[in-house]
Amino acid sequence: MPKIINKDKIVDDKWVVLPKNYSGNLPENQLSLAPMKYWLENKESIRIAVLGLWIDSDEDVEALGEDANQFPLIAVNFPSFTDGRGFSTARLLRERFGYNGQLRAIGNPNRDQLFYLKRCGFDSFVLPEDTDLEAALESLKDFSVTYQNAADQPNPHFRRDQ
Amino acid sequence: MYRYTEHDQKIIEERVAQFRGQTSRYLSGELADEEFLPLRLQNGLYIQRLAPMLRVAVPYGLLNAGQFRKLAHVARHYDKGYCHFTTRQNIQFNWPQLEEVPDILAELAEVQMHAVQTSGNCIRNITSDQYAGVAEDEIEDPRPWCEILRQWSTFHPEFAYLPRKFKIAVSGSESDRAAILVHDIGLQLLRNDEGELGFKVYVGGGLGRTPVIGSVIREFLPWQHILGYLDAIVRVYNRYGNRANKYKARIKILVRAWTPEVFAEKVEAEWSHIKDGPCTLTQEEVDRVKQYFTLPDYQVLDDATEEAALQALSADNIAFAKWLERNTLKHRVAGYSIVHLSLKPTGVAPGDVTDSQLEAIADLADKYSFGEIRATHNQNLVLADVRKSDLHALWQEAKSGGFATPNIGTLTDLICCPGGDFCSLANAKSIPVAEAIQRRFDDMDYVYDLGDLSLNISGCMNACGHHHVGNIGILGVDKKGEEFYQVQLGGSSENDAALGNVLGPSFGREEMPDIISRILDVYINNRLGDELFIDTYRRIGLDPFKESVYAKNH
Repeated sequence: MPKIINKDKIVDDKWVVLPKNYSGNLPENQLSLAPMKYWLENKESIRIAVLGLWIDSDEDVEALGEDANQFPLIAVNFPSFTDGRGFSTARLLRERFGYNGQLRAIGNPNRDQLFYLKRCGFDSFVLPEDTDLEAALESLKDFSVTYQNAADQPNPHFRRDQ
Repeated sequence: MYRYTEHDQKIIEERVAQFRGQTSRYLSGELADEEFLPLRLQNGLYIQRLAPMLRVAVPYGLLNAGQFRKLAHVARHYDKGYCHFTTRQNIQFNWPQLEEVPDILAELAEVQMHAVQTSGNCIRNITSDQYAGVAEDEIEDPRPWCEILRQWSTFHPEFAYLPRKFKIAVSGSESDRAAILVHDIGLQLLRNDEGELGFKVYVGGGLGRTPVIGSVIREFLPWQHILGYLDAIVRVYNRYGNRANKYKARIKILVRAWTPEVFAEKVEAEWSHIKDGPCTLTQEEVDRVKQYFTLPDYQVLDDATEEAALQALSADNIAFAKWLERNTLKHRVAGYSIVHLSLKPTGVAPGDVTDSQLEAIADLADKYSFGEIRATHNQNLVLADVRKSDLHALWQEAKSGGFATPNIGTLTDLICCPGGDFCSLANAKSIPVAEAIQRRFDDMDYVYDLGDLSLNISGCMNACGHHHVGNIGILGVDKKGEEFYQVQLGGSSENDAALGNVLGPSFGREEMPDIISRILDVYINNRLGDELFIDTYRRIGLDPFKESVYAKNH
């Protein structure tokens, strides 16, 4: 089973990502991440509890809005690690729509983005297969000081207790 | 100037450690080229034609003497004994070794300097007016605001992987000396009718392949909201900017596609969620930052006495008088002057300084200008607070150091990118063109007679030499492997910002001094009184220049 980082631990990944053009019934007895579009089109008929969603980098998270909290896990796709739209998607989910579940970066995020990803609200990370995950955990702690408010920190530095 | 607090220092030191780790993973083969690329770029490191190039940030152009001495040390020990001031007030080293870059960054951190976000698709160094705090026409000192923006943009977690680079400039005076209309975001500090401070916000200006003058999207933004409003602009851009084609990825393309009105609506909609949130600035924070930019310890002087002494000295010293006229500027405090050190002597690449010159300038700053130096986007340096009675001594020392060429604002004070001699993006060399023009126009009386005139040279359409906004702009182009130069006329980067118009077919390098000479002849023959080049151009248009330059009988 593939390994991922969840919070600051290395764990097995039990979720399967369904393709963006997925149609038909959902797999039974399988933790599945359905494309957001699939859910939007079928939400009246879906009755499966083992469902998470994934949002692609070119999709507007506003379509999901506060319904996000119905899902235990939402993943945001980074088609390439240089496509930074997912950073905004994550902050909107956490800070605007109040999403409290697990938020996962999938696709091609890399070790050197972990600190920023965490700040934007991600708490689990699927890194490229050849990544040394033990070593990568260190990158979650690249900085001990930050200036801005973000999903991990409600206040900018100038409003925190010094 | 701003001094780091303990946490400012820590964040920069942690950055050095992070980059040291990334560099060693790259050198061991663990990180692929394409993975290391954005990491090194966000630390200012390019791989250039001959060697890596390291771009060091000079936030809003402000430096102190200690930092100059450290730069001299870096130039001497890690480079070939010189560095280069850029058109965005930054510094470039052209010959560092990749393996040594983490050590260079550690040395720079000792004097509160870094190379954070000086390249890459992120928010770049914030630029501003080189006369901040001393300009006569200043509405509000932009430096504290630039520092607040520096902290906001430093390691902003959401905006490190934007569609393309992102440049912000701030002006606090009536005359725009920061070229805010040709930046991704231009901020003009101003007061409203009630006397409250705020910002006029421009977006979507820029040079490069598709030059555009910025559009106003908000006439007045109260100062408290600046960070949230910027978050809103950059978020809209991060989400909807073009990521498929890097030549269409700058914010200006999005603003133009949507129209400025629609772009403004999207920003306002986004901002409505952020407004009055935690990033709303507090008076306390602004005051904390402002305390670092208080007035230096000026003496109370009688301007008339100081001026009379100066007049007496310059009356029988024409060289000194010329330097005073071109290289010094009125200060808002009686008895003081703003002094330019020219980095444009003939025969030296514009903006280049040697290690020993850096040390000499540090000494001058300590001796005459409260230990501070400013870098200008015209690639010169400024000592902002010199007592008038010190000007003669300063001039003599600057002359022996090689930076008293009395050409500020003239034809030979040209802006020039490193070009094909160094840069791997360039289509053509730019430094030899600059030098040929400086050599041709070595008669200073002729140059002074031309008056204020900007000549900007870029070695490719990326426009680092700002050729679009030079009164005369020169662009290096490649035609089937040969270098040619296109000429544009009528650009300006000031309040009346304008993009130059292309004169016609391009020229070979050796023709360039003659071409410039013909253009200047047209100006001289057509000007009315002491009309400036740009005003004559605007009055008579491109055609007379075109006719003369392309006439068959030359």
